[in-house]
Amino acid sequence: MRLITVAGPPSSGKTSVILKLIEAMDVPVSEIGVVKFDCLTSFDHLRYESMGIRVETGFSGRVCPDHYFVGNIEAAVEWGLKSGFRLMVTESAGLCNRCSPYLKGILAVCVIDNLSGVNTPRKIGPMLKLADVVVVTKGDIVSQAEREVFSFNVRQVNTSAAIIFVNGITGQGATMLEKHVRNAKEIEGLRDVRLRFTTPAAVCSYCTGEMRIGEEYQMGTLKKMEFRQL
Amino acid sequence: MTPEKSMEMAVTMPLRAILEEYPVCRDFFLNLRIADLDWELTLLQALETANPDVFDEFGLDKGTILRDFCRFLETFAGGTEGAGEVRSLTIVGGHGKTGESEIPELTVSVGDIISIVGPTGSGKSRLLADIECLADGDTPTGRKILIDGRTLTDDERFDRAGRMVAQLSQNMNFVMDLTVREFLEMHAVSRQSKDVEKTVSQCFECATNLAGERFTRETKVTQLSGGQSRALMIADTAYMSCSPIVLIDEIENAGIDRRRAVELLARKEKIVFLATHDPLLALSAQKRIVIKNGGISRVIETSGDERECLGTIEKLDAILYRLRHSLRDGQIIGKHIMEGIE
Repeated sequence: MRLITVAGPPSSGKTSVILKLIEAMDVPVSEIGVVKFDCLTSFDHLRYESMGIRVETGFSGRVCPDHYFVGNIEAAVEWGLKSGFRLMVTESAGLCNRCSPYLKGILAVCVIDNLSGVNTPRKIGPMLKLADVVVVTKGDIVSQAEREVFSFNVRQVNTSAAIIFVNGITGQGATMLEKHVRNAKEIEGLRDVRLRFTTPAAVCSYCTGEMRIGEEYQMGTLKKMEFRQL
Repeated sequence: MTPEKSMEMAVTMPLRAILEEYPVCRDFFLNLRIADLDWELTLLQALETANPDVFDEFGLDKGTILRDFCRFLETFAGGTEGAGEVRSLTIVGGHGKTGESEIPELTVSVGDIISIVGPTGSGKSRLLADIECLADGDTPTGRKILIDGRTLTDDERFDRAGRMVAQLSQNMNFVMDLTVREFLEMHAVSRQSKDVEKTVSQCFECATNLAGERFTRETKVTQLSGGQSRALMIADTAYMSCSPIVLIDEIENAGIDRRRAVELLARKEKIVFLATHDPLLALSAQKRIVIKNGGISRVIETSGDERECLGTIEKLDAILYRLRHSLRDGQIIGKHIMEGIE
């Protein structure tokens, strides 16, 4: 089974890109599985199911989505292998610009959209920097200049990834994405596979349900801001 | 720039000297939240004085920052990546939606204007997509796109696809809250233009000449009218875009001097494809591709007769243009506007 991990900010077009990618692939939909990692609610499974694609959705709820991803990715792969899939795609929303649900040796695709602003690529951390393929969506509604500056800013953060423009509505560009996915590695499990980047650290009193404001209630890993005096 | 050269620069040159030669490198530090360093030092020396906690948040240390900086230099030292030069493009025909073959081959060269006509949904966008990804018989149409007469290798395709085609359509908008000047500067800087001010001025002059209504450098791009936006986009594409091929989709109602706009792009060493229903634009092209049922059914060279008709169409267009101006100007419309109709 080939595995690809897809990540990107909410509403950047991850599901649309994956659906167009699947359309462009020469694999029967019955042999493709999707695992969607989301936070609270998701409706994307309906879109996959309407194409006849098997999908499992997991909600991280009150847990950091990246931690949730790491905690479940191995079982997700086992599910995929047992189901006899030839291709499995994981889809996860990056919420804090620090997310990076990518594994070493497994094709990592980051989806970001042109509408998020030309400087946004420079603010997204490892999710963009450590991707093998960067898919840029919604290019059809902004100017050529904005597309070019956007690519330039992607390139600043990730000097080596392939940058592919995909129109999530028409599917234009999905053919090129398919070429990259075609070469994704075959895997038989995730034993000894490592993350590409550490997950955000947060082991503090608020993680365990504390709600009161104030220094005396704060324990564990908390980072303090410094304010300049006037 | 080779990895050896970038490493040598990063290790031996003071940062200030590197930044003077390659101003884009300042962004490397800003992206890591580093606004000030001792720029007189070399990178490694300067990093000694910086707060390591910030690097840690990026998952970096001095060694990996050095590595990333070198890659940054290698990526941008030679200018911002473009699609490379293209002298000619050949479409090797595939087949339409129901498998019928299309024209065997069409070659177009730099400076050519080719119009694409056909009903909505007939496959104009598919042709564009094939050009954009440099199809190699591996798209639904089976077309092949040759550059300068040859098929590119897979590596070349991966490298260049996506930057081949600059696109301009009626649906495109500016989504940034910037003035015209700031917008053009931003693009010029990203292209690492040697003389940003000059490039911006040329672009601006050109855009205001193409637009029917004047605007200033300090106008917000989001406040431009449809015609002004189109004019700015065309001027920007002509002077700054990295793509050798331009596809224009439906600009007929933009209220700008569209024939001149298209000719400007062609003069700027571009291959221009125009998907259009506008007779003036369609016949301004040397050739037009007719798309039916997903395939190229004909390629028509604009004939002498057609060119003669073009004269009349231009007169009609000029009348409409004058009419628009007069109305905008608060004039009363009379027979004098219609002068020139035979």
